[in-house]
Amino acid sequence: MTEPLVRPKRKNPLKKTREPLLPQAARSRTALGLTAAAAEGRFQLQICADCAAVIYPPRDACPRCLSPRIPFKDARNDGVLLAETTIRASTDVYFRERVPWRIGVVQLDSGPTVVAHLHGGVREGERVKLEFKLDKSGQAVAVALPPTEALNMEADLQWRELTCDPKYRRVLVTDGRGPVGQAMARAMSDAEASIVFVGVADPWKPFPGEAALGKIPRVEIVPLDVTDTTSIEDIAGEIGPRVDILINTAEHVRAGGVIERKSLAVAREEMEIRYFGLTRLAQSFGAILRARGADGVNSAAAFVNLLSIYALANWPAYGAFSATEAACLSAAQSIRTELREGGIKVVNVFSGPLDTEWYQTVPPPRVTPVALASAVLNALRRGLEDVFVGDVAEDIRARLSVNPKAVERELGS
Amino acid sequence: MSKKDLATGPFNLLSFARAVADGEIEVVDLSHTLAPDFPTIVMPPELGQCAPFRMEEISRYDGRGPAWYWNNISMGEHTGTHFDAPIHWVSGKDLPDASVDAIPASSFIAPACVIDASRQSAADPDFVLTIADVEAWETRHGRIPPRNWVLLRTDWSKRSGRDFVNLGEDGSHSPGPGPNVMRWLAEERDIHGFGTETIGTDAGQAFHFNPPYPAHYYMHGKGRYGLQCLTNLDRLPPTGAVILAAPLKIRKGSGSPLRVLALVLKKEVQARESWTR
Repeated sequence: MTEPLVRPKRKNPLKKTREPLLPQAARSRTALGLTAAAAEGRFQLQICADCAAVIYPPRDACPRCLSPRIPFKDARNDGVLLAETTIRASTDVYFRERVPWRIGVVQLDSGPTVVAHLHGGVREGERVKLEFKLDKSGQAVAVALPPTEALNMEADLQWRELTCDPKYRRVLVTDGRGPVGQAMARAMSDAEASIVFVGVADPWKPFPGEAALGKIPRVEIVPLDVTDTTSIEDIAGEIGPRVDILINTAEHVRAGGVIERKSLAVAREEMEIRYFGLTRLAQSFGAILRARGADGVNSAAAFVNLLSIYALANWPAYGAFSATEAACLSAAQSIRTELREGGIKVVNVFSGPLDTEWYQTVPPPRVTPVALASAVLNALRRGLEDVFVGDVAEDIRARLSVNPKAVERELGS
Repeated sequence: MSKKDLATGPFNLLSFARAVADGEIEVVDLSHTLAPDFPTIVMPPELGQCAPFRMEEISRYDGRGPAWYWNNISMGEHTGTHFDAPIHWVSGKDLPDASVDAIPASSFIAPACVIDASRQSAADPDFVLTIADVEAWETRHGRIPPRNWVLLRTDWSKRSGRDFVNLGEDGSHSPGPGPNVMRWLAEERDIHGFGTETIGTDAGQAFHFNPPYPAHYYMHGKGRYGLQCLTNLDRLPPTGAVILAAPLKIRKGSGSPLRVLALVLKKEVQARESWTR
């Protein structure tokens, strides 16, 4: 059993803030298959297409039959913790300041043995389930967990190092004017974030849900307009060092392709709100997030982007919008690398059409703002990096991995 | 006044400049500061929107430009304190000299009649100016001469944020002129243009008037102008102020943010202020 997480004390202003350090990041290209799976929260191992051997660590040929056909596939993750030890001294600067640190050897039922980090809830000789998680350097590491959800499981400090749980963290939801931002604020409050800052642009304009938003426990409304550099700089100056998780909920969904739009007025609005908005947030909050990556139990942890799945494949009915989303995805990839130095996760959450007014004419299935918010919460708690929410997003994701050209033609038909 | 008088007479351009420098002629700034958080007119979200004012730093005595500070700015033609040209409205679209670059420069200087409706506007945010209101003003201050700006003082500029735009479920609620008075001011008084403190020259609910947006419809239909988001109208006398309002020379521009200045004889400012107190 794990002790419950204790609300961190206020920081001693006389103490130096620890600089973020990263664990070893070097991996072979093949081993990045584990990272790809871990980013989405899947448990995958190489499985030989010829002799069905389950392979770990990642290799370029099957150790049993020498076949080169050993793709990563979803695999079973249960096993037994054969042996454990506690590291009390290390020459690695990252682990040096985190000892004691438990590791062990897990015998998977499917065959391989894996050296893994140990959750506080597992004991030698007991059944465990194994997961691959992204560590602070963004690479996959194995963690052995209790086979079933245990009390206070999320409070384990080794586990917290691999996840971005909003509990006792301070969250900034950048745009609370719409249903997505409001659902997000509610989800983060329910997850016991210690403060949920919620940005509101154009405070002179009333908006639906305004009164209810202000009543959510621990929500603090702040003036923030992602299209206004001055406003972002002002609010970052004020609350920047207190934001541990930033969730950009600013959206601008308009139907129409590239040609049929007359003038650039709408395209500019899209880019201002989405691409430049993201850029401004990254420029104003990025450096301080990165600097606070190891700032105690409530260290800075994540930068969350809500993206349309059509960032990956243009949907011409919303063609100009899709192009803007693609620009945001590309920027997010850059930001991901730029923030890695601080151990900050950039979480990209892809969804299909939402159940909101701007997708009014699109038939279901559509993702409700509440479902999107709980997907974000789940991603933060599990430390995911790439998340696909809802049937449309999952479907497009699956089809893209098979035949991207077919997706292009079908989205355009 | 003859040409000779203007050059060398007892009151000439040089004595005018001296009077400005000495403060005998006071220059009243009728403009709001251009700032990102100043509201712009709200259209239904599926329609085109006027861009708010935005500023991006190019450099500030730093690596991007070591000894100088400057910005790139962007905004709509109808952002902040701004001028409406006749071409802004469909009723003025085919008139000659209807865009800001083509309007004769002499049109940028004209006297103003200031109608004080601040009391009525405080009581009713949907106050609509009528012919009777203007006639009542004329009995006190005389008939509105041709080619005068008519500025509607509502003290709306003293409001800010939410109270300024005053949006409800059924749209904006702010004072403005009715259709009859705008037609009458255009046809019977030949006014130079209509100016307001509110976000547009028309009332907040003017979409429901007939014709909709009558200040725009009648002023621009006659080739005349609009000024909105004015401030400091409470510092102007009912008559006697001269307005300098020169929009940017934007090719085919429908309007422009601008600095609006009023020239007022000092004693009139003082008289106005003591009267207001």
